[in-house]
Amino acid sequence: MENIRVNLPLDKEQLKTLRAGDTVLLSGVMYTSRDAAHKRLVACLEEGRPLPFDIKNQLIYYVGPCPASPGHAVGSAGPTTSYRMDAYTPQLLRAGLLGMMGKGKRNDKVVEAMKEVGAVYFGAVGGAAALISQRILSAEVIAYEDLGAEALHRFVVKDFPALVLIDSEGNNVYVEGPKKYAEPDTEE
Amino acid sequence: MRVIQAETIKKTIYDLILKASYDIGQDVYNCVKNCAECEKSPSGKVVLNQLLENYDIAARERVAICQDTGMCVIFIDVGQDVHIEGGDFTETINDAVRAAYSDGYLRKSVVRDPLYDRVNTKDNTPAIIHTRIVPGDKIDILVTPKGFGSENMSAIKMLVPADGEAGVVKFVVDTVKNAGPNPCPPIIVGVGIGGTMEMATIMAKRMTARSIDTVNPNPKYAALEEKLLEKINKLGIGAAGIGGSTTCLKVNIETYPTHIAGMPCAINIVCHAARHAHAVI
Ligand code: SF4
Repeated sequence: MENIRVNLPLDKEQLKTLRAGDTVLLSGVMYTSRDAAHKRLVACLEEGRPLPFDIKNQLIYYVGPCPASPGHAVGSAGPTTSYRMDAYTPQLLRAGLLGMMGKGKRNDKVVEAMKEVGAVYFGAVGGAAALISQRILSAEVIAYEDLGAEALHRFVVKDFPALVLIDSEGNNVYVEGPKKYAEPDTEE
Repeated sequence: MRVIQAETIKKTIYDLILKASYDIGQDVYNCVKNCAECEKSPSGKVVLNQLLENYDIAARERVAICQDTGMCVIFIDVGQDVHIEGGDFTETINDAVRAAYSDGYLRKSVVRDPLYDRVNTKDNTPAIIHTRIVPGDKIDILVTPKGFGSENMSAIKMLVPADGEAGVVKFVVDTVKNAGPNPCPPIIVGVGIGGTMEMATIMAKRMTARSIDTVNPNPKYAALEEKLLEKINKLGIGAAGIGGSTTCLKVNIETYPTHIAGMPCAINIVCHAARHAHAVI
């Protein structure tokens, strides 16, 4: 299967061509954020304060990495489950965010907002954490240092392996994929 | 009577935690490898090959297979002829956890209070400890760090005798189906049938760490393991939940005598980062 190369920050025109189920390699800059940092980002938007980074066309990766051991930019860094960020994601999308990356399903409000702005939800393979960390060239905390593993990091990545889970038209691999491979249970 | 120093127990558990966190078992590795060859979905194949590469990197670089290095579950069988000297048993185990999670660059994922005061204990303690007293003068230790993506998808049901095999099959298949992508498939399903409620869940946990190259010694249960595996893989969930023929690597069942009125059934799911390590002192 052919991997599609995707540069970060994202390009809306390219996102239109990606389809749920495509495998991609991401290269460039991404930002990390989980539950607590999301809460702060949305508070910034609501209070009209600037965000700690320019969110336009960016991708946010949901991750809480292991501590880095000597000689590594970051520890194992696989995705966390995304639905906990659903409450915040539509606002970030409307502020310019174009991509999210995590694992697991999203709610309808997120999918609606994605279609509205032409965003894509990527998935990193849950548990492929050591492999992923090798594709992270540098990791730097740019805000919310007090949150520890949940601090907002800026990652520079090269050939970061990911999948398109939900594309900009709302096609969803978690719905379509299993349908395609389910076999009837003949026994009963 | 044999004297064993607390320090020896600590050292053994420390090593087992690191081994489990970095080195996947050969049984799981080989099974994922075979599945990667047979997988019908091209994207599923990509995912399974990433998992293999991930296992290789973790073992080579001595880094965690998954960033969720889990809560540390420890099964300890203490020989009745053993006398432990030089430290409190529980504290010794927690000291080992503390040291391994710090030295091993493993993530600390435990909070002090489950409901109100969810503050990280910062050293991944306390461990979950299951102790049995057994004949002999050895200590048998099984360490199995457990991530919560898969732990959260586990379930227990107090089935009744009339539910029969069909009841067990339905409960297991439905639980895996509802879990979908969340437990990071391909998974191993541990099932405990019989005993009392808590007994069933402990058996299910233990079965997540039984080698997937083994089958239940009772041919009837071995056949049920096989049947459940087939049914789960027909669901089409696939690796990472994106659709495919590899959802489950193995179903392991353990049973225990139970009450005339009951048939407790517990399901504990573990992801492909099925970490466990074993030693005998
Ligand atoms: S379910 Fe397993 S593989 Fe997935 S994130 Fe949790 S520990 Fe890692």
